[in-house]
Amino acid sequence: MMLATTQEQEARPRAIVPAHADATSLSIAVAGSGGSGVMTAGSLLLEAAGKAGFYGLMVRTSGPQIRGGEAAALVRLAPRPVNSLDDGFDLLIAIDWLNLHRFADEIALTPASVIVGDPDAGDLPEALRACGARYVPLPLKKMAKAIPGSWINMLALGLAGALAGLPERALEAALRASWTRGEAGLEANLTALRAGIAAATGIEGVRPLARAASRSDADAAVRDSPARWLLSGNEAAGYGALRGGVRFVAAYPITPATEMLEWMAPALAKVGGALVQAEDELASVNMIIGASYGGVPSLTATAGPGLALMTEGIGLAVAAEVPIVVVDVMRGGPSTGIPAKSEQSDLSFAVGGLHGDAPRLVLAPASIADCVATTQWAVQLAEALQAPAIVLSDQFLGQSRAILDVPPQRAGVARRLTAAANVPDYKRYRDTENGVSPMAIPGTPGVVYTADGLEHTEAAIPSSQARDHRVQLDKRQRKLVMHDYGAAWADVEGEGEAAVITFGSAAAPVREALARLAARGVNVRLLVVRLLAPARPEHLDRALDGVTRVLVVEQNHGAQFYRYLRSVYDLPGKPASFHRPGPLPLRPAELADAILAWRGA
Amino acid sequence: MNDVAVCAPRTAQTYKSSYKPIWCPGCGDYSVLSSVTKALAKVNVAPEEVVVVSGIGCSSRIPAYTNCYGFHGVHGRALAAATGLKVARPELTVLVAGGDGDGYSIGGNHFLHACRRNVDLTYIVMDNHVYGMTKGQPSPTTEPDWDSKLAPGGTGMRVFHPLVIALAAGANFIARAFSGDPNGTAEIIAQAILHPGFSFVEILSPCVTFRPEQREWKELARPAPVAPTTDAARAARRLMSDDGFNIGVLFEGDRPTYAHGRTSPRCELADLENDFVLAGVDTEEVPA
Amino acid sequence: MNAAMEVRSAHVEQEGVPKTLAEFMALALAMEREAAQRYAEFGDAMETHNNVEVAELFRRMATIEAGHAQAIMTQMGWRDPPAVASDPWLDAIEGPETPRGDDVHYLMQPWHALAIALACEERAERFYERLAAMANEPAVRDAARELQREEHEHVALVRRWMDKVEKPAEGWGVDPDPPRYTD
Repeated sequence: MMLATTQEQEARPRAIVPAHADATSLSIAVAGSGGSGVMTAGSLLLEAAGKAGFYGLMVRTSGPQIRGGEAAALVRLAPRPVNSLDDGFDLLIAIDWLNLHRFADEIALTPASVIVGDPDAGDLPEALRACGARYVPLPLKKMAKAIPGSWINMLALGLAGALAGLPERALEAALRASWTRGEAGLEANLTALRAGIAAATGIEGVRPLARAASRSDADAAVRDSPARWLLSGNEAAGYGALRGGVRFVAAYPITPATEMLEWMAPALAKVGGALVQAEDELASVNMIIGASYGGVPSLTATAGPGLALMTEGIGLAVAAEVPIVVVDVMRGGPSTGIPAKSEQSDLSFAVGGLHGDAPRLVLAPASIADCVATTQWAVQLAEALQAPAIVLSDQFLGQSRAILDVPPQRAGVARRLTAAANVPDYKRYRDTENGVSPMAIPGTPGVVYTADGLEHTEAAIPSSQARDHRVQLDKRQRKLVMHDYGAAWADVEGEGEAAVITFGSAAAPVREALARLAARGVNVRLLVVRLLAPARPEHLDRALDGVTRVLVVEQNHGAQFYRYLRSVYDLPGKPASFHRPGPLPLRPAELADAILAWRGA
Repeated sequence: MNDVAVCAPRTAQTYKSSYKPIWCPGCGDYSVLSSVTKALAKVNVAPEEVVVVSGIGCSSRIPAYTNCYGFHGVHGRALAAATGLKVARPELTVLVAGGDGDGYSIGGNHFLHACRRNVDLTYIVMDNHVYGMTKGQPSPTTEPDWDSKLAPGGTGMRVFHPLVIALAAGANFIARAFSGDPNGTAEIIAQAILHPGFSFVEILSPCVTFRPEQREWKELARPAPVAPTTDAARAARRLMSDDGFNIGVLFEGDRPTYAHGRTSPRCELADLENDFVLAGVDTEEVPA
Repeated sequence: MNAAMEVRSAHVEQEGVPKTLAEFMALALAMEREAAQRYAEFGDAMETHNNVEVAELFRRMATIEAGHAQAIMTQMGWRDPPAVASDPWLDAIEGPETPRGDDVHYLMQPWHALAIALACEERAERFYERLAAMANEPAVRDAARELQREEHEHVALVRRWMDKVEKPAEGWGVDPDPPRYTD
């Protein structure tokens, strides 16, 4: 049973549960164009919230221009970690209206929302008027002009921060920490910030975040809260890779993965690693195979089009049993697709897209924080199992920034089973019980061998014999299937006969949807799969013990995860699918509606 | 070289579409677009007979801004797609366009072999010594000490010399132009289109966003001090000491263009079955 | 402009001077048309980058230059613009009245646009002044002087316009946000 959405349904925002349905979080959009600095305002708002003891998430969206185009920073703040956008926005601050209609689908507003805009920038556009939000005109441009040397986005920052209930100290601290342009400019912008804060006092209708009763309580909240980080999924994945032991990276720029590679370049140098910018993705994947063959854990990061080029190389890594990690930061597909938007549409490709019978590891982090642990785990698994691992991140995770509790250290650095020197009768591809055979690292005497993409004997000699092919195919599959992945392979939460199965960035909005349903007494089990391949039926059976019906939720057009699960697992009852493609992110309300409808059926 | 249509002269405007480029104001590519449309007007070919093939990057956005047929393909493969197109449809005028990252990095292999193959194409590279669309990484023509996030302190790699490589690989027409001189560039592109075989025009086209220092190219670009040569060895000597700012046609070859394109059919499809026909027993085959 | 170009231009200079009134007016027409086209392109680029005020200003300039061009066509009774010699601008690559492609910035303000226009009109005035000095044909000389006077008026016009427009503050070109990915 498919609950696929129609085009028409996608065109307008889905039935919106009023934003205040989630009473504890506040969603703010700051939009503007041509140098208005909204991204910076959003980033500083997030940082200020962090300094004040709150959590938050920021997503960026923009037009096709490289500079000066329309842009919006979408920020959600809450007293607890948030990994998904809410259904709509409580507050929109529009520095100007130019091409704002482009973001109409992403910035859903309701009659409970407030729009602050500049009357000198023109009338409130029809699309925004129609939503029924309350419009508060504020002469932002004039106000900024009255403070020479100031930027208008600092006004917006003060306004947004004050309406959110953030203390002035936190906003000021965020601004000071980021300022690199000299004292005079700083003073002017602090003045602008305060002017924005002052302007907020006249504006009703935006409910601030839960506030501490007194200043000392607020200080205590900040002091006593556990250490926290502010970073993007791309940075998190890069760091996770280093934690896992990666010390060689090959890089070819591609949206939205480039930032991971740019973060890793200086970071690797600091920890004794190296990054090479390759001429293309064919080179990248072969470079990391070469480095890994030499004994150094290696990784590259790309997006769909790059992954497509890397498939031959990944197959080589499978056949020659060379560990590599390829992070695929998924974006709108197919082909060049929608480069700056998120989608979960490379799953079929990741689990199946190699020629021949080529088992490989596929993992998917379920949040920005999880990008650290899952990438680290991917490195560990690749090294332990001498196999390629594809990590399916996506643009939403990769390019969004979030405040999170410091992720717990994942145990263990990667350890590759290597051959000791002069082992008698060394066979690189020995058919061992668990399928993992010691790998000789160049420089080790007495155990030289030639790695090969050609099918080979246990002694690594090319072979076209039936027995050798059978033995090696079994070995390469067995080593993955027999491994004990522990509990991290999936997150299983909640009870119930009905279960939702999902992966990646879809997990967060699904969790929120289920939390809303639980609050109404509707209980649904959740399975967030982290290890997508290899498939291990008995583990899924255990996770779905007592479940009679499942709904698979994902962000793509072809219900890829649903089809994959059905092809490798026996799912209970008549499995159902909720899927829709990008570019718009999945929202809790649409999922809650769909899950309720499915469950009721 | 295509036969020029005999009809009323067209203007540059004829070849411009109504889509406005999203390039940053001040980008050299605006000027290149203007030069391409002027060149096509000079050549006076019908817009529907022209196909502009591109890859991925800021420069590769150009097909949609022309009024010709366009193919916005994948990163680095424009020359391959263009080759297939031209061999299958030799009567079309095929222009290939892209940037230095698209053309010399991921497209490098195809560049070598397009020069060798010498299919009648015109390849225009808008070179700004950077990967613009992905926010500023070094490209093969970036100086070795240019600091960037992906290569802190510089790549340390020797700069790619596309004109030398084009000559060594067999390109039949090699020129360099500068976006600061749109009319001069239009002239060169027109010549390139009319010249048979693989014509390569590298156009210095500054990136105002990631390489603002390239404004100084106005002072550095100069007309090449010598006339174009048809002697490959002489061209090689000149190009090996070229500093990257000599503007003009540098080499005009006379290699025959690729000869294995489509021709008119020479037999019926059914005639091919003769290969399969099993002959009956010939009385002479069997000894009595 | 570097030395090599100056050497070349000295050689061209004598040849570059129009010999008849018709040739001269064709050149003047080409100047206006090239400028009009460039201003129109700037207008489009500014609009795409949401710089509405400057976009409108450039479009006005394009219209004004197109108006000058049309006036020449009418005066000379031309239906189509006649061809001009290649490289007709003496030592310049493009027409003196044409704004340079890299003079624009997506955050530029009206004052900048007017400054560009001022520079163009001043260059045009100097160009006609030189042509007048170099021309042998009296009709050409007179026409050059006439157009020089007209450009002089344009210069004054633009200056007055600029006086009414706010001068940009320091840091006008600073964008707090970094460039963005699009592809």
